[in-house]
Amino acid sequence: MNTVAAIEPAQASAQRLRERVFHGATFAAALLVLALLGGVAISLLVGAWPAFAHFKLGFLTREIWNPVTDQFGALAPVYGTLVTSFLALLLAIPVSFGIAIFLTELAPVWLKRPVGVAIELLAAVPSIIYGIWGLFVLAPVLQRHVQPWLIDWLGPLPLIGRLFQGPPYGIGVLTASFVLAIMVIPFISAVMRDVFETVPDVLKESGYGLGATTWEVIWQVVVPYTRTGMIGGIMLGLGRALGETMAVTFVIGNAHRIGSSLLAPGTTISASIANEFAEAVGDLYTSSLVALGALLFLITFAVIAAARLMLLRLGHKALSSV
Amino acid sequence: MSRRAIRKFINLVALGLSGLATAVGLFFLGAILWTLIRSGVAGMSLQLFTAMTPPPGSSGGLLNAIYGSVVMTVIGILIGGPIGVLAGTYLAEYGRTARVSIIIRFVNDVLLSAPSIIVGLFVYELLVIRMGHFSAIAGAVALAIIAIPVTVRTTEDMLGLVPQGMKDASTAMGAYHWRTITSVIYPAARSGIVTGLLLAVARISGETAPLLFTALNNQFWSSNIAAPIANLPVVIFQFALSPYPNWQQLAWSGALLITVSILILSIAARIVVSRGAGGR
Repeated sequence: MNTVAAIEPAQASAQRLRERVFHGATFAAALLVLALLGGVAISLLVGAWPAFAHFKLGFLTREIWNPVTDQFGALAPVYGTLVTSFLALLLAIPVSFGIAIFLTELAPVWLKRPVGVAIELLAAVPSIIYGIWGLFVLAPVLQRHVQPWLIDWLGPLPLIGRLFQGPPYGIGVLTASFVLAIMVIPFISAVMRDVFETVPDVLKESGYGLGATTWEVIWQVVVPYTRTGMIGGIMLGLGRALGETMAVTFVIGNAHRIGSSLLAPGTTISASIANEFAEAVGDLYTSSLVALGALLFLITFAVIAAARLMLLRLGHKALSSV
Repeated sequence: MSRRAIRKFINLVALGLSGLATAVGLFFLGAILWTLIRSGVAGMSLQLFTAMTPPPGSSGGLLNAIYGSVVMTVIGILIGGPIGVLAGTYLAEYGRTARVSIIIRFVNDVLLSAPSIIVGLFVYELLVIRMGHFSAIAGAVALAIIAIPVTVRTTEDMLGLVPQGMKDASTAMGAYHWRTITSVIYPAARSGIVTGLLLAVARISGETAPLLFTALNNQFWSSNIAAPIANLPVVIFQFALSPYPNWQQLAWSGALLITVSILILSIAARIVVSRGAGGR
């Protein structure tokens, strides 16, 4: 019996060659992903070196930003980046939490998919659209209706009052935070929805079996069970907010100073780079902007890496929407 | 009130608030779309697609910007797509259990959420300084770098959904691994891979920050990929912030155009995945 045809030796070696080539190609592509991150880090460090060498640690601690006298400090943009992102999260977390609860626990089955997709589409809208909308629609509304109210009611308060004083410019730190919040809501709520769905039904049903209300099951079963994943999602949103460029550039006002009021114009790292990089003349100016980029890279890398580590436990599949 | 009534009341308030939160999210999506349609439709005309970007005060269109965006997006996905699919294939097949894959997966996830302006700076240092000027190809490379992590992630996920039995059957026939991948796994996961590529196109076609100092902009028609090229996002950025009404109108029309295309792409990606065998 000779039913299995012998493979020609030449054909077999051709097959082995193709196998090696294909294997090699996929491996090279995978290594390229690593190389990209390394390349980004190295190129930023190289570009930023003149600024760091010239200003030393003063680059981090000085507020001055003067292209005419070639004096640059990163304090104002770093401060603006941190404050806008923090405020954005403050606004976005409760809303995202609510959306995630609605989508996993509350919505009837026929409503889940359309509402979920609509929220995901909000994430697909490019950031420049948020910027142009924030500048022409949101900023005037805030200026006319929200900021005067904040100034009247919160301005006279001790301690936090200082944050809400001064004229209502419309554009500024608060408006930027607001736009950022709208932008990160879909990201945070998508992650929260995905982690909420990992809670085993048995756990929730035992809660209900003990007579708990829906809210009690959410707060005492779902939330503790998914705490790490929730924090991971929030930090992923923070990573977005920290690095967001166009939406902020439109509405923050681009003033290199630290105002005590949230209503005043400010700047962020990414907004400074977007606004000034193409027009920067002089090596020190350009290098200082790249140095800002290096700082942003460090901050976001730490935040995103921490977020991904927290979400790692959940596995890959649950989080394909982000 | 009895304790039971209080608990029920708290429940009602909390659930009501979560419904309200969803309404808030949907409201903003609606508000943004409504603004775009109201302000953008006024400028929709044939001229938008046939005329170049005008100087302030005279009429014109967005032809060169639309062309530039399409060119850079296509080149970007032609570079980034294959690299992403191959890297995703490595993670899902050859290196599924390799130790280096854990690091690559992690780094890819970090790149997926990395700020796009950083990518712009990287390509500026890498290409623009060396070439001595801004260019369409630098913009396309920046977009490719943003497309790669999206494609890697979706490809790995989608290849993972192909049943092990199919792979085993192919291997049992004596097929080499590359043959199994190209003749069995890729066809089975085709709709999933296409979805990933569509999502990558949707992601990069609206990116502005990485183009600001790679492709820059160009007032005129240019088909030279080694020269600066006009593109929709940067034109929208410049025109929206200008004081000229005709420029602002073009910015709104461009914004509507870009958003509608991206939303259509995103919805198409979801339809492909829900129809295809590789869907979840």
